Amino acid sequence: MSETTPEAVDERLKSEPFFAKMMKRPELGAIAGVILVIIFFALTADSAMFSLSGVINFMTPAAQLGILAIGAALLMIGGEFDLSIGSMVAFAGLFFGVCVVTWGLPLIISIPLTFVFAACVGAVNGNIVIRSGLPSFIVTLAFLFILRGLSLVGLKMATGGSTQLRGVRDTIEGDWLAPFFSGDAFPGLFLWLADNGFVATFKSGAPKVPGIPVEILWFIAIALAATYILLRTPAGNWIFASGGDTTAASNSGVPVNRVKISLFMLTACCAALVAIITVMDAGSTDARRGFQKEFEAIIAAVIGGCLLTGGYGSAIGAFFGSIIFGMVVIGLTYTDFDQDWFQVFLGGMLLIAVLFNNAIRKRVTGER
Amino acid sequence: MTDDSKFHHGDPTAHIHPVVEMKNIEKHFGNIIALAGVSFDVKPGECHCLLGDNGAGKSTFIKTMSGVHKPTKGEIFFEGKPMNFNTPRDAMEAGIATVFQDLAMIPLMSVTRNFFMGREPTKGKGLGKRFDTKFANEVCVEEMRKMGINLRGPDQAVGTLSGGERQTVAIARAVYFGAKILILDEPTSALGVRQTSNVLATIDKVRRQGIGVVFISHNVRHALAVGDRFTVLNRGKTLGTAVRGEITPEQLQDLMAGGQELASLEGSLGGTV
Repeated sequence: MSETTPEAVDERLKSEPFFAKMMKRPELGAIAGVILVIIFFALTADSAMFSLSGVINFMTPAAQLGILAIGAALLMIGGEFDLSIGSMVAFAGLFFGVCVVTWGLPLIISIPLTFVFAACVGAVNGNIVIRSGLPSFIVTLAFLFILRGLSLVGLKMATGGSTQLRGVRDTIEGDWLAPFFSGDAFPGLFLWLADNGFVATFKSGAPKVPGIPVEILWFIAIALAATYILLRTPAGNWIFASGGDTTAASNSGVPVNRVKISLFMLTACCAALVAIITVMDAGSTDARRGFQKEFEAIIAAVIGGCLLTGGYGSAIGAFFGSIIFGMVVIGLTYTDFDQDWFQVFLGGMLLIAVLFNNAIRKRVTGER
Repeated sequence: MTDDSKFHHGDPTAHIHPVVEMKNIEKHFGNIIALAGVSFDVKPGECHCLLGDNGAGKSTFIKTMSGVHKPTKGEIFFEGKPMNFNTPRDAMEAGIATVFQDLAMIPLMSVTRNFFMGREPTKGKGLGKRFDTKFANEVCVEEMRKMGINLRGPDQAVGTLSGGERQTVAIARAVYFGAKILILDEPTSALGVRQTSNVLATIDKVRRQGIGVVFISHNVRHALAVGDRFTVLNRGKTLGTAVRGEITPEQLQDLMAGGQELASLEGSLGGTV
């Protein structure tokens, strides 16, 4: 029987090169993917794609998806799925539209109300999953249809038969809160940049890019906040623990059920944010809003390194996963390829990402 | 492993009061009598081994001790006072830490994150309140070093540790969070020879810190290597407690098996069990 002396260095350990360390980061796959996609489009696409307006062009859909994907990523790390986020976008959009148009509430009331409403739906989802012990896949699949159907029915009730609720734009005109959720940020800065010749302008002298679309700022802010929560707060540790092993986590005193229900609520709130932004942008809401977004969000999260089994992943990864998504959707229009290749591309990316993540997981856990 | 190892052995004498004392514990599940009068106590700084074959009631007993089950009959005293734990959480906060066989470890998470899981140290206030990773990493590396394990880094995933090392993380965690009694549920059952000795060495280190260790095992050799006292559980009853040196491995083995049957078996196996 031997006692190892405390100062002894384990002779079986090789010093780890920087590259190998990087290999163990969950977001590596997504970053590598971004680089590959950039190289691909740099070779095949019109150079306009990587001009400022081109970048804004693909970052806008990336941001709208990304807000959902980060919520989905946190939930996946916490060990659950939410297939109802796409329908939640439509449902929250309906609620928001009704608040603004039908009830004529100002944004300062409508927006918090929409978030509270979405959080409640998320809590219902979460409670059913936790209390019944059913897989969240099935429960939220049910809600995918329930919420989509409710959105349709609700829209018809609110409009008297139409599946589109118009007039949001006129109602919110001049509301002081509107610029935080719609349009472009920093128009003054871009005007100044254009005047000084730093950015491209139209012949009239107006900048081609009038500002940064607010959803991009929300997207970046949410990615940073989520990363901070995951890596630097006890709540982050609880999320990883809940997803890693429910029994082990609760035996160690992690409030697993509370964590999971909060994550369902957070995901629903992300959907509500996307709903508010897109409804205000379009000026109307309809029942197809957010259609199939749940799959795209989960794909972005998986490309970002989230394991389907939970307990592993990163918000930064989902951030880059969404950017890949935006680049592919928009980038193909800059190339000679048929745009419908997009779906093939997406499926292929998903498959590669899952294989890659699996390999990474084995490395991390040291499985052989 | 010989009867006499180089481990320090506590000298549990009558004047030291036990931290936990359990008297005539009975536990019934419906018509099944899992425990039929078990008496057991642990003193600070000793390693009390609870031996028993499969189905003897070891698991039920430790679950009673750690607050998972409430005894049907019998009394439990904690530091001299009658205790009544409603949840494992209560027992944990009082200082009874249990390291179950599944260890409550998450392989994909780093050692530090596992170490502080559910009890993360924080710094800052209000919205700035955050997980103090620097402090957590330092503590984790230091505590593991005290137990004789040098981590590659605090961010090393638990999945890359060996079974014995994981066991040690679980023990170090319990000790760091102020355990007075450490219950180890078959800590060596799935380990190789070398890892077993490391875990046994860890148990010895824990005992030296004045913590009472309850070591559950069905392996007589492992028990004899570190144990100060031995209690054998058979068919839900204690068959008595022996002090180290008063009992031979053979006697213990026989007690565990309930006597007769094994004696004849052992003859044909040449004393290898």
